[in-house]
Amino acid sequence: MSIVDTRTPDPKRFISGATGDWEVVIGMEVHAQITSNSKLFSGASTEFGAAPNNNVSLVDAAMPGMLPVINEECVRQAIRTGLGLRAQINLKSVFDRKNYFYPDLPQGYQISQFKQPIVGEGTVTVSVGPDSKGNFEDIEVGVERLHLEQDAGKSMHDQHPTMSYVDLNRSGVALMEIVSKPDMRSSDEAKAYLTKLRTIVRYLGTCDGNMDEGSMRADVNVSVRKPGGAFGTRCEIKNVNSIRFVGQAIEYEARRQIGILEDGGSIDQETRLFDPNKGETRSMRSKEEAHDYRYFPDPDLLPLEFDQAYVDALGKDLPELPDDKKSRLVSDLGLSAYDASVLVSEKAIADYFEKVAVSRDGKLAANWVINDLMGGLNKAGKPIEESPISPDQLGAIVDLIKEGTISGKIAKDLFEIVWNEGGDPKELVESRGMKQVTDTGAIEKAVDEVIAANPDKVEQARAKPTLAGWFVGQVMKATGGKANPQAVNDLVKARLGLE
Amino acid sequence: MTELTKLTIAEAREKLKARKISATELTDAYLGAIDAANEAFNAYVAVTHDKAREMAKASDARLAKGEGGALEGIPLGIKDLFATEGVHTQACSHVLDGFKPRYDSTVTANLWADGAVMLGKLNMDEFAMGSSNETSYYGPVTNPWRAEGSNAQLVPGGSSGGSAAAVAAFLCAGATATDTGGSIRQPAAFTGTVGIKPTYGRVSRWGIVAFASSLDQAGPIARDVRDAAIMLKSMASVDDKDTTSVDRAVPDYEAALGKSLKGMKVGIPKEYRMDGMPAEIETLWQKGIAWLRDAGAEIVDISLPHTKYALPAYYIVAPAEASSNLARYDGVRYGLRVPGKDIIEMYENTRAAGFGDEVKRRIMIGTYVLSAGYYDAYYLQAQKVRTLIKRDFENVFADGVDVILTPATPSAAFGVADQEMNSDPVKMYLNDVFTVTVNMAGLPGIAVPAGLDSRGLPLGLQLIGRPFDEETLFQTAHVIEQAAGRFEPQKWW
Repeated sequence: MSIVDTRTPDPKRFISGATGDWEVVIGMEVHAQITSNSKLFSGASTEFGAAPNNNVSLVDAAMPGMLPVINEECVRQAIRTGLGLRAQINLKSVFDRKNYFYPDLPQGYQISQFKQPIVGEGTVTVSVGPDSKGNFEDIEVGVERLHLEQDAGKSMHDQHPTMSYVDLNRSGVALMEIVSKPDMRSSDEAKAYLTKLRTIVRYLGTCDGNMDEGSMRADVNVSVRKPGGAFGTRCEIKNVNSIRFVGQAIEYEARRQIGILEDGGSIDQETRLFDPNKGETRSMRSKEEAHDYRYFPDPDLLPLEFDQAYVDALGKDLPELPDDKKSRLVSDLGLSAYDASVLVSEKAIADYFEKVAVSRDGKLAANWVINDLMGGLNKAGKPIEESPISPDQLGAIVDLIKEGTISGKIAKDLFEIVWNEGGDPKELVESRGMKQVTDTGAIEKAVDEVIAANPDKVEQARAKPTLAGWFVGQVMKATGGKANPQAVNDLVKARLGLE
Repeated sequence: MTELTKLTIAEAREKLKARKISATELTDAYLGAIDAANEAFNAYVAVTHDKAREMAKASDARLAKGEGGALEGIPLGIKDLFATEGVHTQACSHVLDGFKPRYDSTVTANLWADGAVMLGKLNMDEFAMGSSNETSYYGPVTNPWRAEGSNAQLVPGGSSGGSAAAVAAFLCAGATATDTGGSIRQPAAFTGTVGIKPTYGRVSRWGIVAFASSLDQAGPIARDVRDAAIMLKSMASVDDKDTTSVDRAVPDYEAALGKSLKGMKVGIPKEYRMDGMPAEIETLWQKGIAWLRDAGAEIVDISLPHTKYALPAYYIVAPAEASSNLARYDGVRYGLRVPGKDIIEMYENTRAAGFGDEVKRRIMIGTYVLSAGYYDAYYLQAQKVRTLIKRDFENVFADGVDVILTPATPSAAFGVADQEMNSDPVKMYLNDVFTVTVNMAGLPGIAVPAGLDSRGLPLGLQLIGRPFDEETLFQTAHVIEQAAGRFEPQKWW
């Protein structure tokens, strides 16, 4: 396979070394656990957190004479994911055995797809940013393939002084391995790609994307080169389990490789591990120590075949994906590209926003979700799923602003109250007397009183009309902020004869 | 008592149904025969006395109520390759020491559902790898047949040597067996019994210890064609747990027996006339041709041009799959574990001690042919050959041939610890030369006794049919059986 360089070197991404600029080249293999009730080839449960070896069937434990049977739900999810990556769906694919010995691999082989994967080439559009000016840049990252494979079990080396324990709960769980092309040129791009991939699978509901539970893990291939030069020798950093660590591992690894090359050395192709405590990568095994996996088609399984109509039906039922949602928010609701990007970045946020925005002013809703809600959640360190304010409550606040019942300023106070104490915003406005005064009689009275009490200011304001603002402030103060600011402004100007 | 063990399945079935004999009597007769003679043959590696009597009692209860399945009360021996719940299931390998599964294979479950009684587990070549039953961890099996005027022990063939010997020596009414390259048909031919390897996918592989997944298929070894037909009917099924099993109704194979061969076209492949083949085999083949012609069949010469490549290709594909299938015997979860200073040493010690030489040889061959740099030259090439062999058969069947007649083996049974066979594995592998093509093409093949050689040892003929046309095989084999008569060893034990 020849690798095509799809990117133009861009100095803003270069890493400067002692001998000049360097460019990092990154490709990623992401293992995403498929959301399904049972495993890829057995009926055992996939539930996370069960007691060790509780979710193990005879097939998962590789008992003699056991045979794999494909779980159609996992196939469906892989196809849906492929469609979400705008990728080629292969109507015929083949399962192969990848042979190696390890205690948490009971069969002595992993069933995977080697030569003919279920999904071929696709593309992911990744928004990188924002930069210091708040701008996002869209890049395209190619997907080489997506294939189905079994996960291995887990070896535990800290349970017994001389023995290792094996937990087979994860053994046989369905994974999608999503292989990118080497199209990323900075750790930020790599993080944004992984984030986007996670967003897509969460939108699709094909993987929960929970990296801390191991549902998503990345193998990161890193090499460096002089800008525009030939690809360098790559190192593969195995099993990185957070987006932040992906960034750290790439930064470290690129620096390490640049250091070696600048000292006149050469890079050994090898597999490395990232140590999050030390923030560095270390060698796991060299190319010479690499396994010969002896791939061959699994004779227990027929080729996986389905027709285009099956794929089309899945495509028709696909939920709206982040890129489409973003376009719709911009075109239909008039949101800025930036606001739309923020809102679609996580499915949970988008879902929340859409509940607030439904038949309301989208821009107003977006402001409240992005600034007040997400700001508040950020400060409190809470995910949106744990928001103290529900979409209905925030929607009610937006309604109250929009119909002029409360001013924007009062709304901030109301948001604060609902956040801390809960309650129905409409009732709170009533019971706490927060209603905006729109009764012109009451406002006229207040304006007249302020004008009468401050004849000197009236003189000054007639000479310098901008001083009218002072009167508005006084009236607002006198009405406890409940007067409609626009109405006050109009009246003050009229009484002062400024118009 | 011995009279009871001489009954065929069909005969016993009638007597049981008519309540002339009880399942308990019949079972006790077999258990008595086993206890008396198993030492001479080493056919059983485990005898399940209590379970057999329990199952027979349950059969009697059903028969008393006028109920009962197709094999109600029929005592069977089960090859050690089939998982049997709570019972010795070790593929006759040291590496599976002490393994008793919590599950029954689909085949045995089908047999029990039809009322069959389990007598015990039958000896076999370790992991079904061998043609003489001498690779078993439990020692060789002795053939009930001896050459006239000789006391020399002969092999029963393999890998289903225990199954064939037990059937021939009246130690069970019928036996399950498996066939990856000839492991049903060659032992049947060596013991004067009938053995059928059904079409790949006809019988579920679930719960049968895997040797080479794309070639393995279970079938019966029985005293005559009718018994084989009765047993296969019960063994065969489509199975959700084996996606290579095929969803096709299982016909009543017995109904095919006695049908005329008029209008049937029998192919005689010229490539099966091998150099150095004993004249007696050729004579037997000609006799078979004459019988079928006399029965009204049309005999046609055919060509299966890629036959000579079948054996070498088989000995690449089968070991390749075996090397992977046997990786699970690693000492971690069940069976033998020989400790070591670390996990690698534990693997090495366990597998070095647990596998016999022939199994190790095939694992090494299989590992080699799948290795980077050799895969294309060996495994991929062998798969291409396999496709050509399959096409050879398809062409012949497309030309209107209904069944193909060949010898079953290139010789009669040879001696236990035969110098020539044991010094050269390839000589041993040549035993499968007429049978492997059938596995490579996934076709059904039956071995039926057709006569005795000059030393009084049984010889068999093989019939090869279209996919899922086992009925034609039973029909044609029955004609040969009628013409040749049936063969029993002289009792010396």
